[in-house]
Amino acid sequence: MTSTSPAPTLERLGEGATVELLGVVKEYSGVRALDELSLTIRPGEFVALLGPSGCGKTTALRALAGLEQITAGAIRIDGVDVAGVPVNRRDIGMVFQQYSLFPHLTVQQNVEFGLQMRRVSASDRATRAREALEMVSLDHLSERYAHQMSGGQQQRVALARALVTRPRVLLLDEPLSALDAKVRVSLREEIRRIQTELGITTVFVTHDQEEALAVADRVAVMRSGGIEQIGTPEELYLTPATPFVADFVGVSNRMRGSLVSGVVTVRGSRLPSIDPALPNGEVLAFVRPEDIVFVPASSTAPGDFSGTVASTSFLGSLRRTTVRLDDDTIVSVQHSVEERFEFGDAVTLRLTGRPVASSPVEG
Amino acid sequence: MSAPRIGAEPSRTARLVILIVVGLVFIVPLAAMFQFTLRLAGKSGYSFIHYVSIFHPDPALGTDYSPIWQGIQNSLVICVITVAIVMLVLLPTMLLVELRYPRFRRILEFVCILPITIPSIVLVVGYVPVYQRVAAVFGSAPWTLAFAVGIIVLPYAYRPIATNIQAFDLVTLTEAARSLGASWPTAIARVILPNMRRGVISAVFLTVAVVLGEYTIASFLSQNTFQTALLLISQTDSYVATIFALTALVFAFVLLVIIGRFGAVRPGGRVKKTRRPRGTEPRIPLPTPTPARSAS
Repeated sequence: MTSTSPAPTLERLGEGATVELLGVVKEYSGVRALDELSLTIRPGEFVALLGPSGCGKTTALRALAGLEQITAGAIRIDGVDVAGVPVNRRDIGMVFQQYSLFPHLTVQQNVEFGLQMRRVSASDRATRAREALEMVSLDHLSERYAHQMSGGQQQRVALARALVTRPRVLLLDEPLSALDAKVRVSLREEIRRIQTELGITTVFVTHDQEEALAVADRVAVMRSGGIEQIGTPEELYLTPATPFVADFVGVSNRMRGSLVSGVVTVRGSRLPSIDPALPNGEVLAFVRPEDIVFVPASSTAPGDFSGTVASTSFLGSLRRTTVRLDDDTIVSVQHSVEERFEFGDAVTLRLTGRPVASSPVEG
Repeated sequence: MSAPRIGAEPSRTARLVILIVVGLVFIVPLAAMFQFTLRLAGKSGYSFIHYVSIFHPDPALGTDYSPIWQGIQNSLVICVITVAIVMLVLLPTMLLVELRYPRFRRILEFVCILPITIPSIVLVVGYVPVYQRVAAVFGSAPWTLAFAVGIIVLPYAYRPIATNIQAFDLVTLTEAARSLGASWPTAIARVILPNMRRGVISAVFLTVAVVLGEYTIASFLSQNTFQTALLLISQTDSYVATIFALTALVFAFVLLVIIGRFGAVRPGGRVKKTRRPRGTEPRIPLPTPTPARSAS
């Protein structure tokens, strides 16, 4: 059955499967790669696992795939514990970080491979493989071999191969990291489009926060084998639950201040604290570059502070300027491209007053 | 004329000269051997009489070539068993180590390379008491020599297989096949082995070449193989011995050419070349990227 939408021709996969990781522990020689990780993914949801190297995100994905045996805990797909089910019987589709097309098979044969394993008839295999390749706009390359294609094309074929069997869950293990910047952006948008149209529950591992924030319904920020915070990209960016998330997601300036009754005072400006439970005292506030603005020298007000421009970068639609403050603190300010500064310019800055995440200063 | 670049390909003329010189190194001894096989004993002139005599020995001269036919037969049996050892013991072990126990990779490599560092004569001195036990269990038929030769061929069989394994991402391809529903045997049969054809064929041919050329062990363990029979025949008929030696050399040369051909051809009929530098690949039209944002 084909869809009526122009690009994808695989049928929509119902409402997708519910995926649950419950207290999952994975130990390697006594070291915990996953430390009682719990995560529930709703049917049809696109969840990104984001974190620095060694945080356990790939281990979590591989445990979900069945490529790693877990030490303790449960993994459920649609309520059924699959922790003891081998990878080839879990009914998942997976795209790997490394190019993983079988070199001795053509694109068509690669896509048909999973269907062959499921004993689908030759005619059905050909039809469904063609549909899957049409979905990633590569049906014209069906007779090529992997070495005759670019990296981006290979990963699109790998995506078609993973989806052609209509798996319950799609797992993407940093599938874009080997590609160059342009192809990466293009392919991530294509992945999101196909995922939305098929309605397949998807877990996407990445260390690139921009990628995670751009495509996921929810992002789970991982640290030391556990989830630090899970939420929508907006929630993570605007209301980070912990200093780690504030620091890891987006760019933050670390500015010293004092917290009293839920209000952080930084350089004379009063900023609401995101975490009301934080105890009073000296804190390090995480101020976003867009929450600092330049003020003309003629209209300064109490709470403004001054500094000297250290460097400035043009980022296309915006500009980011680094300012050295009087006490040698370095802050990054994001502003419009129309505002231009030169190295050594004396500038006045002001905090916009948006809520900030902060962490107590030790000692 | 500009100075030749370091690392540049040699010119067409230089390549031709190198090819001719190397070719002569191989061809001259072979041609000399061939010329020798055509000589007539004690007379001038050339003839194929020695070739004919292999199949139709002159009863008057009392020549008996049966040891060499028996030796060839024994060597072929040893070849088959040794190849089976390589395919059924070495190859699965290497795959298992690569897929499940990579920490043993160095140990396996050391064990497999070790026989090349030990002179055959030293090995065979160790084998003699071992073979007393082997003979007690399996008898003293020539095929039992395959156990000893199976050790000798390890370095030659290990290296091409190891090189082939390193040439592609064995682990990821296996995991990809498994994630698509393939069982372990299916993943190995349908994905791994087809991509190891080059290494496996090289290992098999090198094994055959080593077995056919093995003399020391067979001689010291008193077995009749191609090489020991060749020595025996050479003491009575140097012409026929040279014919067989020449045939063995040409056979080994043909095997190497076949290995070379398998190594050069990739799926899709293209001869393997250096990987195209990244960034030169064909591109599809793409939208302008948004500015990248990095963590502080």
